Amino acid sequence: MPAPDGGLDLEPAATLAPGGAPAATREPVDAATGAATPTGGRWSRQGRLGWFGVLAIAWLAFVTLAAVLAPVLPLDDPNENVAAIVNQGPGTDGHLLGGDALGRDLLSRMVWGGRASLLLGVASVSLGMVVGGLLGLVAGYHRGRVDTVVAGAFDVLLSFPQLILAVTLVTVFASGQGVSSTRRMVVLILALGLVSVPVLGRIARANALAWSQREFVTAARAVGARDRSIMFGEVLPNVLPAMFSIALLGIAVVIVVEGGLSLLGVGVQLPTPSWGNVLAEGRSELRQAPHIVMVPTVVIFLTVLSLNYLGDVVRARFDVRESAL
Amino acid sequence: MRLILRRLVHLAVVLFLVTLFVALLTAMLPGDPVDAIAGFASEEQREALREELGLDDPVPVQYVRWMGDFVTGDLGGYYTVTGERPVMDRVRDSLPVSLQLMVYAQVLALAVAIPAGVLTAYRAGSRGDRIANATAFGMLAIPNFALALVLAYYVGVELGWLPVSGYVRPSEDLVEHLRRMAMPAISLAVGQIAVYMRLLRSDMIATLQEDFITMAKAKGVSPRRVLWRHALRPSSLTLLTVAGLNVGTLIGGAVVVEVIFSLPGIGLLLYEAIVSRQYVALQSLVAIIAVGYVLINFLVDVLYAVLDPRIRHARA
Repeated sequence: MPAPDGGLDLEPAATLAPGGAPAATREPVDAATGAATPTGGRWSRQGRLGWFGVLAIAWLAFVTLAAVLAPVLPLDDPNENVAAIVNQGPGTDGHLLGGDALGRDLLSRMVWGGRASLLLGVASVSLGMVVGGLLGLVAGYHRGRVDTVVAGAFDVLLSFPQLILAVTLVTVFASGQGVSSTRRMVVLILALGLVSVPVLGRIARANALAWSQREFVTAARAVGARDRSIMFGEVLPNVLPAMFSIALLGIAVVIVVEGGLSLLGVGVQLPTPSWGNVLAEGRSELRQAPHIVMVPTVVIFLTVLSLNYLGDVVRARFDVRESAL
Repeated sequence: MRLILRRLVHLAVVLFLVTLFVALLTAMLPGDPVDAIAGFASEEQREALREELGLDDPVPVQYVRWMGDFVTGDLGGYYTVTGERPVMDRVRDSLPVSLQLMVYAQVLALAVAIPAGVLTAYRAGSRGDRIANATAFGMLAIPNFALALVLAYYVGVELGWLPVSGYVRPSEDLVEHLRRMAMPAISLAVGQIAVYMRLLRSDMIATLQEDFITMAKAKGVSPRRVLWRHALRPSSLTLLTVAGLNVGTLIGGAVVVEVIFSLPGIGLLLYEAIVSRQYVALQSLVAIIAVGYVLINFLVDVLYAVLDPRIRHARA
C-alpha cells in the first residue's frame, strides 16, 4: 500500500499473524524470537519509537491541537478576503503562510482545513473499524457459513477500484447544485468509511481466525464462557493492535484521497477549507503563487509520513510481543 | 484446472455485482434522475429520456438493458442543450492515452525498483541500504498529485524543461509524446517504486539465505551473476503479483494525474463528467474502469497460480 498513491490497498505490508512474522510479506524470520530480523526489517527498528517517532507524535499532536482549538486561536477568519495579501507568499506581515488567490489567510485555512481533513480521516476510519471490525471478528470467530459470506463481501468490495468507488458515491449522492457542506461531509465520511470496511475487516478476520484457536479461548469455553464474552473479552483485545496500526495508515490514506477527490471537484465542499481543497484551488495559481500548493503539500506530507511511521512502530512492537506469548 | 474454474465462478459473481451497482447508479440519483441528467430538457425530451434510459422499468429489466448496451459498445450520451453526443466517441480516443500512461509508469517503476531492490538486498544493513530505505519511506508519503504539481511547477514552469500539459500521439511525434508523458509517468511511478523496492528487497534477502545460493557462491560464481541470474527470478514472484494488483492504485492515481497535466485520458473524461454532471457518461466510465480492474486482477491471480507451482498446489 501503503499508499498514499491514491489507492486504498492497505494490505500487503501488513497482515499480522499471531505468533509469527507478517503473513503477507516474506520477511526473513529469526527462528528463535519469531521477530523480523533487523536486516529484513521495518522502517522503525524493532518497534522502538526513536527520535523520529517522537517528532512524528509531536507533529500530529500539534496539528490535532491546532485543528481542535481553531475557534479559540487568534487566527484570521479563514473566509475573509483581504486584498493586500492576494497571492502573497509566506511571511507577508501578519500572515505567516501568506494568502491565497482570494486574499484569504493561508495559515488560518490550514488550521481550519485540518479540522475537515482530520475529522474526515478519523470519522471514516472509525466507521471502518467498528463495522469491519465487528464483521471480521464474528466471521473469524464463528467461521463456517458466516465467514464465507462476510469474506466474500469483503472480496467484492475490494474488487472495485477504491478511489473510483468513493468518487462515484460522492458524485451521485452529494454533487448536485447547492449541496451543503454538511451533506457533502456526511457522504464523504460514509463513502470513505465504506471503502475502509473491507480493508480493516480483513485484518480483523485474519487475526480473529488465528487467535480463536489459542488455548486461552478453549479454556474460556471449557469453563462455560459465552461466545459473546469470549469474542469481546478474549479475542478482540488481541485483534485490536493490528487493526489500530492499519487504522493509522488508513487515516493517512483518507487524507490523501480527500486531496485527490478535491482535485476532481468532489472533496470537502468549499467554502469550508480542507487540506485537499486548498491545494486543489491553488492549482490554478501555480504560476503566480506556487506557495498556495506547496503549503498544503508539505502539511499533508508531514502528516502522512508521521502516521505511516507510527503505524509501523505499532505493528513492529506487537509483532515482538506476540512472539513472546 | 479446478482452481481456474473456481476463479472463473468468482470472477462471474464479482463482475455481476460490480456491473449491477454501476447499472443502478442513475436510478440511485437523489430526486428525479431526469432532473439530474438533463435539467434543461423540455417535458417531451424528458419523457423520451425516461423511456430511453428505462428509468421506470423494474430493476432486473434496467440491468439487462444497461448490460446489453454496455457490451455492444453503446455507452450512452452526453446530454447537452444542443443534443446528445455518444460517449463512445470520446472513450475510443481516451482509452489508449490512459493505458500508455499506466504502462509507462509501471515500466519506469520496475526499471528503478528492481536494481534498487537487488542492490539494497545484497548490501543489506549498509549505509547505502539505510539511505535507500529512508528515501523509499519518504516517497511513500508523497501523494502522487502533490508530486505532480511540484514537478509541474519546478520542472515545467521554473526550469521550462518539459511541457506541463497536453498530449501528442506517438505516431505524430514520438519524442514530443515521451516529453509530455514524462512528468505524469514519474508522478505515478514514485510511490510504486518505494513499494516494489521494499518488496523485492525483503524477498531477495530471504532468497540469498537459501542453500542453492551458497552452493553457487561456493562454485565460484561471481556475485553479480548470483544476484541477477540465480537469486532474482525466484525472488520476483511476489513483486510481479503486487505489480499486477497495483494496477488498481495506478488507475486511481492516473485519474488525478491526468487531470493535473490535462492528458486526455479516461481520467480527464471522468473529471469532465463529474464537473458537468453527466451521470450517464460517468456511469459508463466507471463501468469501464471497474470491469477493467476486475479482469486484470483475475488475470494476475491466474497467472500467478500458473507460474508458481507452490501456490497451485497449496490452494487447489
